[in-house]
Amino acid sequence: MSRTVLVGASAGGLATAEALRRAGHQGEITLVGDEPHLPYDRPPLSKQILKGEWKPDRLALRGRADIDALDLDLRLGVRATGLDMAARTLLLADGTWLPYESLVVATGIRARPLPGAEQVAGVHTLRTLTDALALKARLSAGRRLVIVGAGFLGAEVAAVARGLGVDVTLLEADAVPMAQAVGEEPGWFLSQLHRDHGVRLRTGAAVSEVLSVGGEVAGVALADGSEMPADDVLVAIGSLPNTEWLAGSGLALGDGLVCDEFSAAAPGVYGVGDVACWHNPLFGTKMRVEHRTNAGEQALTVAHNLLNPDAPRPFAPVPYFWSDQYDTRVQAYGYLRDHDEALVLESDVTARQFLVAYRRGDRLTGVLAMGKSPKILRAWRALIASGAAWEAAVTDTAAA
Amino acid sequence: MNVAVDEPKCVAAGQCVLIAPEVFDQREEDGVVVLLDGTPDPVLHPVVRESALACPAAAIHVTTS
Repeated sequence: MSRTVLVGASAGGLATAEALRRAGHQGEITLVGDEPHLPYDRPPLSKQILKGEWKPDRLALRGRADIDALDLDLRLGVRATGLDMAARTLLLADGTWLPYESLVVATGIRARPLPGAEQVAGVHTLRTLTDALALKARLSAGRRLVIVGAGFLGAEVAAVARGLGVDVTLLEADAVPMAQAVGEEPGWFLSQLHRDHGVRLRTGAAVSEVLSVGGEVAGVALADGSEMPADDVLVAIGSLPNTEWLAGSGLALGDGLVCDEFSAAAPGVYGVGDVACWHNPLFGTKMRVEHRTNAGEQALTVAHNLLNPDAPRPFAPVPYFWSDQYDTRVQAYGYLRDHDEALVLESDVTARQFLVAYRRGDRLTGVLAMGKSPKILRAWRALIASGAAWEAAVTDTAAA
Repeated sequence: MNVAVDEPKCVAAGQCVLIAPEVFDQREEDGVVVLLDGTPDPVLHPVVRESALACPAAAIHVTTS
């Protein structure tokens, strides 16, 4: 019977397995993951786990019984290291060769390291449960945490750490945090929120060196000569897609595994989740989306296409993400990057509310909000999904 | 089919409401899921299962008796 091999045992790989079984797929399914854990949820790592609100067992995406019911050939704690497309065989780190008929690449991303700082004790990245527990163990009132990179991950950790009484310095290389992703004004709005909560924010800050004493972190030196003392440093400067194991396989690799509008990378080979760079026909552009919701949605489409190669469905989602900052939630629908305009429709720092619409060409492509009812956002999402014209969308919705 | 939701896990993404508006809604103030029908009609079972799959927080639990 046919064997489907899913590489990556996180949200995307698990959802693909579930979708295949729910569609009645009887064939063998092998799920390969490099971490030893059953599939777990990552967004709470920088939130509930770091705060100490949840114990790690709360992260399990499915209980053991649900996993068993999927009847998977589960290979955990072993990394995929190579792929022979001609022979349709996958090589694992333990020397096993796994033949497949269909292959799903869901190997995700890893944190981008800060060169030269990887071996210093007290320098952290945050991607896995192990990472989160290591950082959590070090955070307490009065400790000094320097966060390199004021993107959403760095900002979430800053908020949690402040809540724990940690002295937080947030370093950002750009002039305005998150401006590339969300625009200047929204970036300033979010910066102000952090300053109001006592975060020391340094923009235009180029890190030249992580300072250490006896292998333990002591601080961070900046290019302008200043130094920030630190008990811990979190490096949150983006991510790298885990595609090295596919080098030489013949698959196209760029910013991730390059896939077409059906999320296919080659006949019988598909990409799911953070690692996949696919053509989203709704926006007419290639994108790679590192949001939790995208992995689940892409898995559903890929499972369908895998079982119905003659009637594939394009993967054309409206991306969605959320981020918790202090006691409010930022939510966004659509494609915010590469926007031509970010129009601030509402902005009230005191009430912690804002609403921003994004335009690319003459079309509405995204919305970002804080402190707004999700029901209002659903109306915006519908407009984005329908490819609404910018003028009409902004005028009508602002008036509504 | 029995449907249950784990409210504290919900992240207010609203995926379930988009897929199965007959069964799920969101609270006005914080967007947390509201279960409208814990024993949905069989015709809705496929979309409820899809909602459970698409939920980014694994907050929807479906059991069949």
